[in-house]
Amino acid sequence: MSLHQKSQPHKVSRTVVWASFAVILLLAPLLFTSSLSHTMLSQMGIAIIVCLSYNILLGQGGMLSFGHAVYSGMGGFLAIHTLNLVSDGKLPLPVSLIPIVGGFSALLIAVVLGWVTTKKSATPFAMITLGIGELVWSMSLMFPEFFGGEGGISGDRVTGSKPFGITFGPQIQIYYLIAIYTFICTAAMFAFTRTPLGRMLNAVRDNAERVEFVGFDPRRVRYLSFIIAAFFAGISGGLAALNFEIATSEVVSGARSGAYLLFTFLGGGAFFFGPIIGAVLMVLAFVLLSELTKAWLLYLGLVFLFMVMFAPGGIASLIAMNLRVAAFGRLRELWANYLVLAVTSVIVLLGAAGMIEMTYHLKLNEALGPKLVYLGMSLDAKGTSSWVGCALVMLVGLVSFELARRRFIKKWSAIQEFIATEIQRREAM
Amino acid sequence: MEFFTISLLNGVSYGLLLFMLSSGLTLIFSMMGVLNFAHASFYMLGAYFAYSTTQLVGYWPALFLAPLLVAVLGASFEKFCLRRVHKFGHVPELLITFGLSFLIVEMVQLVWGTSSVDYRVPAELSGPLFTIFGTQFPTYRGFMMLVALSMLLSIWLLLTRTRIGLIIQAALTHPDMAQALGHNVPRVFMLVFGGGAALAGLAGVIGGNAFVTEPGMAATVGSVIFVVVVVGGMGSLSGAFVASLLIGIIQTFAVGVDSSLMSVASTLGLQITPQTFGFALWKLKISQIAPILPYLFLVLILIFRPKGLLGTREG
Repeated sequence: MSLHQKSQPHKVSRTVVWASFAVILLLAPLLFTSSLSHTMLSQMGIAIIVCLSYNILLGQGGMLSFGHAVYSGMGGFLAIHTLNLVSDGKLPLPVSLIPIVGGFSALLIAVVLGWVTTKKSATPFAMITLGIGELVWSMSLMFPEFFGGEGGISGDRVTGSKPFGITFGPQIQIYYLIAIYTFICTAAMFAFTRTPLGRMLNAVRDNAERVEFVGFDPRRVRYLSFIIAAFFAGISGGLAALNFEIATSEVVSGARSGAYLLFTFLGGGAFFFGPIIGAVLMVLAFVLLSELTKAWLLYLGLVFLFMVMFAPGGIASLIAMNLRVAAFGRLRELWANYLVLAVTSVIVLLGAAGMIEMTYHLKLNEALGPKLVYLGMSLDAKGTSSWVGCALVMLVGLVSFELARRRFIKKWSAIQEFIATEIQRREAM
Repeated sequence: MEFFTISLLNGVSYGLLLFMLSSGLTLIFSMMGVLNFAHASFYMLGAYFAYSTTQLVGYWPALFLAPLLVAVLGASFEKFCLRRVHKFGHVPELLITFGLSFLIVEMVQLVWGTSSVDYRVPAELSGPLFTIFGTQFPTYRGFMMLVALSMLLSIWLLLTRTRIGLIIQAALTHPDMAQALGHNVPRVFMLVFGGGAALAGLAGVIGGNAFVTEPGMAATVGSVIFVVVVVGGMGSLSGAFVASLLIGIIQTFAVGVDSSLMSVASTLGLQITPQTFGFALWKLKISQIAPILPYLFLVLILIFRPKGLLGTREG
């Protein structure tokens, strides 16, 4: 039912969507030409693959994993070891195929570990993935021969045969390698959702008991999907190893798994394209936001908390809801409301962020004195006027936001009612 | 013998501390179906609150005040955040506690700094309790065991011998029926969540100064108590007790054992050299693999007894 609603109203041809995705991947480095943006674009491609693979578990299978970094990380480690073998001349393998080695090694690891993990579903599943994630992470410190200890294992991607003069030395060349992998993996994972196994996975998520009655083994469905998810995670790990030319034990850590979870959720697990949004946000947050402010983890946590509470479908579901309104031709009425909501929430954010920044400044940069520059303004972290000012801004923002929100809700529910009756009317016709 | 006794005593006291944490987690889980990811964060908050209140009013009032503060925080989190998410299902519930654990670590670093704080054992409890085989057993370890055991006893009495315990048990198995009989089940949930958080807070008060009070402490015990809950059997309080003691003792013993597979092999007459296949594995000392033992144990339990030691349901 809901699936039909999703695809029916706005039926853009699927070829158009995929073609534009390819064009974006192709043109992005030509539009953003700085070396920082090339690095970020490469990381985004890697993140897109890993978040999509994570969503096979979370969104499509209802399996909340806290240990997905095990598979991307192990893929990365095996890829970098393979790269070093290639560099030593022991293995005649083109560099461009090394991510596939990462994928298959993650697949093998998932065949073993996934068998234990997928014995359970729901909450016990989450706890077991956490336990196995910890297991692998502690092992990474125990076997410095394989994991390289604190320093990690480094490699050199400029090696092996050089077809058409492609050495993978410049960032732009590795970007296009990543882009090709991103496109193929995204297409493959989308195709997976259309296979019988992908459909059964959705069924297992929604009602495992009924699946069992129909004659399928839900454990087997989970196990196979888990292995497939690990394969794609391994490819992304291998790409990351090529991109950074190093793999440290951090890539298998629980923090990394947590980041995958957080951003896949923020992007929206209910839709196939949700994790892509999440992956782009992840790189933006890790590279730009962490440069911008020391409090970025706090902001991230707050955003996550609010999203779970008020929009559990993530950004993708917000987009989809508005597309639905647009399909019924009512989106135009909401523009003014959205504008007011945006302005008021920016005001709230301004005040709150001012106070958060002052607190962090007091704690971390006390030696620099109480003055700090915040968005071009000079704030005094020890003066009352700055605090009162920020608090006032936030209060004004909160009150006006609440007023705007009430008005918006009224309009929104009227439109939803209209859509519901409209659907009934069309069905009756 | 000396090593055995001391390790056993230390293991039991560590195991009891783990039980203080896992009991709250299990209670919350079996009641609300929520795996509280932030449980270990409440433990950390307990330790930090105790550190600050000890400086203000001394250790003994802090022993009561800090868990109380944590309980208030936990209950209000349940009331204002968790309850709102309840209708979306279990995964968002788990996610929101995950987000909370994230925020708490960040807040703790903001308020108390990123390095460890100097939270000490009070003077009247420092020093040895008794001497056994020439090794002193610290009084504070004994105190920890005493607190944990009395807490265990009072939970048991509360759950089985009082009216509120009866309602909690009823709400545990038949929430709709309990509600129909006029009990405020959401409030019971809030109390259980706050109570579980208070237990974690209390564990933090007595564990924070026995070990280290630092922002990483939540992550250190966090995954271990999840292992305890799975190994003991989801939602089984007695299972959690057995598993806590088992894991506490195993881990304490392993830390003290200095032998490796290589030394075992050499007593059997086998020669292991760096050229032997898998030398990295042979030379590992048991004390080195101590941190991963709980997780290995988890995997073994899942293979051979998927419902846990004393669990009844297989999920």
